Parts: sequence; C-alpha cells; structure tokens
Amino acid sequence: MKRFIGFVRKEFYHIFRDKRSLFILFGMPIAQILLFGFAITNEINNVDIAILDQANDVASKEIINKIAASKHFSIVDIIQQESSIESIFKKGKVKAVLQFENNFGNNLIKEKQANVQVLTDATDPNMASTISNYISSILKKYQQELNENISIDYQIIPQSRMVYNAELKSVYMFVPGVMTVILMLVSAMMTSISITREKEQGTMEILLVSPLKPFQVIIGKVFPYIFLSVINAVVIVLLSIFVFNVPVNGSLFLLGIESVLFIITSLALGILISTISATQQTAMMISLMGLMLPTILLSGFIFPISSMPLPLQVISNIIPAKWFIIIVKGIMLKGIGIGFVLKETLILLLMTLLFIGVSVKKYKIRLE
Amino acid sequence: MMKDNNVIQVENLSKLFGDFAAVNQISFQVKAGEIFGFLGANGAGKTTAMKMLIGISSPTSGKATVAGFDVYKETESIKKNIGYMSQKFALYDDLTVKENITFFGGIYGLSKKQIDQKRCELVEELGLQEVTNSLVASLPLGWKQKLAFSVSLLHEPKIVFLDEPTGGVDPITRRQFWEMIYKAAHNGTTIFVTTHYMDEAEYCDRVSIMVNGKIEALDTPKKLKEHYKTDTMNDVFLKLARG
Repeated sequence: MKRFIGFVRKEFYHIFRDKRSLFILFGMPIAQILLFGFAITNEINNVDIAILDQANDVASKEIINKIAASKHFSIVDIIQQESSIESIFKKGKVKAVLQFENNFGNNLIKEKQANVQVLTDATDPNMASTISNYISSILKKYQQELNENISIDYQIIPQSRMVYNAELKSVYMFVPGVMTVILMLVSAMMTSISITREKEQGTMEILLVSPLKPFQVIIGKVFPYIFLSVINAVVIVLLSIFVFNVPVNGSLFLLGIESVLFIITSLALGILISTISATQQTAMMISLMGLMLPTILLSGFIFPISSMPLPLQVISNIIPAKWFIIIVKGIMLKGIGIGFVLKETLILLLMTLLFIGVSVKKYKIRLE
Repeated sequence: MMKDNNVIQVENLSKLFGDFAAVNQISFQVKAGEIFGFLGANGAGKTTAMKMLIGISSPTSGKATVAGFDVYKETESIKKNIGYMSQKFALYDDLTVKENITFFGGIYGLSKKQIDQKRCELVEELGLQEVTNSLVASLPLGWKQKLAFSVSLLHEPKIVFLDEPTGGVDPITRRQFWEMIYKAAHNGTTIFVTTHYMDEAEYCDRVSIMVNGKIEALDTPKKLKEHYKTDTMNDVFLKLARG
C-alpha cells in the first residue's frame, strides 16, 4: 500500500508539472462545454431575411408583422421586384426571401388558397431547412388563427409537443456528448501517453525490473486519471446544471456510477493503445484518430445514428461512447433508472472486460 | 568475502525468436564481488541474455540462477536482490533529485527512515547538495548517470546489472563512473556490466565476448590478450567479431 501511494504521488507530480497535460485535463473540459453550450447551436436567432411583397394587402402585412415580431428573424430589406432576389442572395447577408404573390389576400379569401414562396440560401443546408421550418410554422399559425372564425369540418390539427427538451435547446444534446468526449480524451489519451512516456524514457524497464508487479505498475499509473476524470465529470455536470440549466432528472448517484464505468472502459482502451504503441506520438495519433474521431462522429453526439447509412450504423455499435451517451441522456434528461439502461451498461461492462483481457494478453506477449 | 560463491550461474541458456537464436546455449558463472564484463557487438544478443537474467524475459531453454534464484520460477525474488541501470540512465526528468530517490527507494520497499538516510549519504557522496531540489532534467548527463547508478544501489542489491552505462558521456566522467563501480564492487556488490567501449573491458575482472548469440571467449582481460596475442582488448574483440 505504501508503495502504491508513493507511485500515485509520483504520477501526480508528472501531471501537475506538465502544463500541456494540465491544460488538456482541466482547460479542455471547461472550454468545450462553454463552446458547445454557447457558440455551437442548432437554434436560429435573428436571421436576416428580405420580403418581396407583390400583394401589399392586409393579409400579407399581417404575416410580415408576425415574422418581424418573432425573435428568430429580422427583416432587413423590402425588395420590389423578383429580379433583385438573386443579387440579394449573392451579397450573402440575407438567408431567406419571402415572396407573396399578387393578390395574396384576395386569393386567400376567394379561392381559399394563396401562395407564398420561401426562398432560402441552402449553401448551409441545415440552416436553410431550419429557417424554412420556422417560417412554415409561422404561416401555419396564421392560417389557424384565420380558421378560428370560420368553421371547417374535419380538420386535423396536429399538436406536437417536444418531450424532455420542450424548448429544443441544443445544449441539452451537447452536455452528454461533451461529457463523453472529455472522459474519453482524458482517460484514454492521457493514460496511453503517460504509459508510453515511461517506455520512451526507459523508466518502464526499470519499473519492470523492480519488485513491482506489472499490474501494480499499470494500476498505479491509471489511478490518478480515474480520480481526475471523476472530478472532470463532476465539473461538467455542475457547469451544465448551473450555467446552462440542464436538468438532472434521474439519480445523480446512478449517473456517477455509470460515469465511473465509462471512465474505466476508456482507461482500459488507453492501456490497450499503450501496449501497441512504442512512442508518445503514436499513442496520441491512435487516440485521436482511432478514438476521438469515431467518438465525435459516430456516437450520435453530433449526427443522429438513425440517419446514418446502414454500415455506419453497424459500426457505431462498437463505439463505447454511443452506449454511454444513451445512458447519460436517459438519466439526465429522461430521468430513467438503471432498469432502462441495463442493456447499455452491460455492453459497456463487457467491452471493458474485453479491452482489459486483450491488454493483459498483449502485455504478456511483449514481456516474452 | 565468499570469492568462490557463484552469484550467477548460467548453463546452456537459449532464447529463440521463431527460428532465430538470439541467445544460443550460453554458459558462464559470475562470482560474488566480481566485476563481470559482458561484451558483444550490437545485435550479438547481450541485451536479450541480460533480460533473461533480470527476470523480464523468460528463456526458451537451459538453466540459470541469479542470486540463488531460478530465472523461470523465482523472478520475484531475483528482482528484490538485483539492481538495474539502463543505457538511458532512466530517472524521471520532471521529478527532483530528492523525489526520484524517494520514489525508487519506495518501490523497493525501503522505509522512510532508510530512504532519508540513504539520500543523505548519496547526496553527500555525489556532491549534489545544491541540486537536491532541482529537477533531474536540469542536471548534466554525467550527474544523471551517477545518480542513476546510485539509485540502482539504494536497496543494497547483491548484484547490479548495468546495460551500457557509459553511453554518450565524456572520458573523464566515464573514468569517474568506473571509480564508483570499483567502490561498489569493493563493498561486495557484484557488477554485471555490458559495454562496447573496449578500454572499459580492461577494467573488468573477467569478460565474456558474445558473437552471434554465442559466448566465444571468457577470461580475464590479461589472459584473453595473451591467448589472442594482442596488446589491447579492442584487438581481441575485432579478431573474434570478424571470425
């Protein structure tokens, strides 16, 4: 035990004396969560749009007023002819143009049908479709208000309600993702680098020749990272609760246990990486390319898995982060208990055992 | 001193990697308190042989005991009784001199009191008083080397294995380093040293020369020179290595 404490103390010296690892450990999580929370968002606010009102009647004015009143849009230009639409898009500032046909109001009342054209700048397709959805919903709302006075039989009015994240806040999405990425980064990359550093320096050899057993060396090396990762997880959860008002509907205790499990999964991956790489550089490259990229792209953090092509959906199953994100979202946003994430938990557990098993085997082969 | 007591006993020890015999049936004995030079060109198999003796690589066949313990079954006991210093003088650069000593003393199970006492002795002997609290990274190479050697002796091992301990240091420092080796040997520690500086081979009590996985010669430097009718160990080595 005394040896273990000495070993862990040494490990902390390494961490706290290396500015680079300190930054990755503590700067990164905070920077990432703030970035994702504030800057990178799927919501649209104050998008510049232009209006081409060829009708200029009561109905069109009412709709324009509604759009102007919405915080999502600001009307920056009223154009007079169709020919200026293209030039206004080319300037790049205006993201959408709303065009009312001639006699819009008349048509609406007499023909019971009138046309509005929503033109969006689809150089940014996500943005374009979001804008178009927002405008359509404003139009639909106007239509419903008109219909309140006139009775039409058999009308279906869908009432959709977003559950768990009623305001569709993207920060709700990002917190579980960022937490996953950070824990993965700290646990897997940092441990694999710190173990390979010992190999590079030649101190690993000295440790192996000492009476310390290999597993004691490895546990001594990963223990500080378990500790620091737990602190990181706590910081992320606190930031998301107090800065972004993300609720934790489920049990904090369960969230903690699951986080520790995921931390151990990542550490096991880190150890595995360190057994196959001889230098810190290799360890870092493998961690970044082999772990970080799939974790960010294929885990469902940014891109929904259900809309990926089938082969990628299959691959996503072997990414531990995918399961952890499901667990975290479940616990934080839906407030579910262990019963609902049992499958995911078991998968993570199995993966962890597998990684540890493979590392032990690789390690033995290397010693031979 | 038990001069006749063999602390290392090796009999037909081999290590195969596939069909390639990195170490091919070597046999030798090292006596207690002896400075044993283990020579060979790069790739001759001396590192592989040494790894088997220090318990981090298991032999394919043959017999060997180190400090009386079997290299197959008793590697744990071997590890407690040996010291090891690699050619990288591996210490932790980002730890201070004091922290390095504390750490390495700790993993060999020394008590805090023992460590403190050893540290004071060592610091005084090496004249490191000024730099005990400086990071090892800031020390000149020669100091690191001496410190690494002293650290490998902290737990008073019976045998210390030195893997090319003088690589990359200047002749004066090398000379001083050999004085430390003599001193350790004088105190009863057996020294097992690999080197490819042939002038250093002259300082050893006995040397073995490995060529292509086999020990081609083993005797005192004086007798080897007589036998091969040369003036220096360098010539002995060249004769053997060229076949």
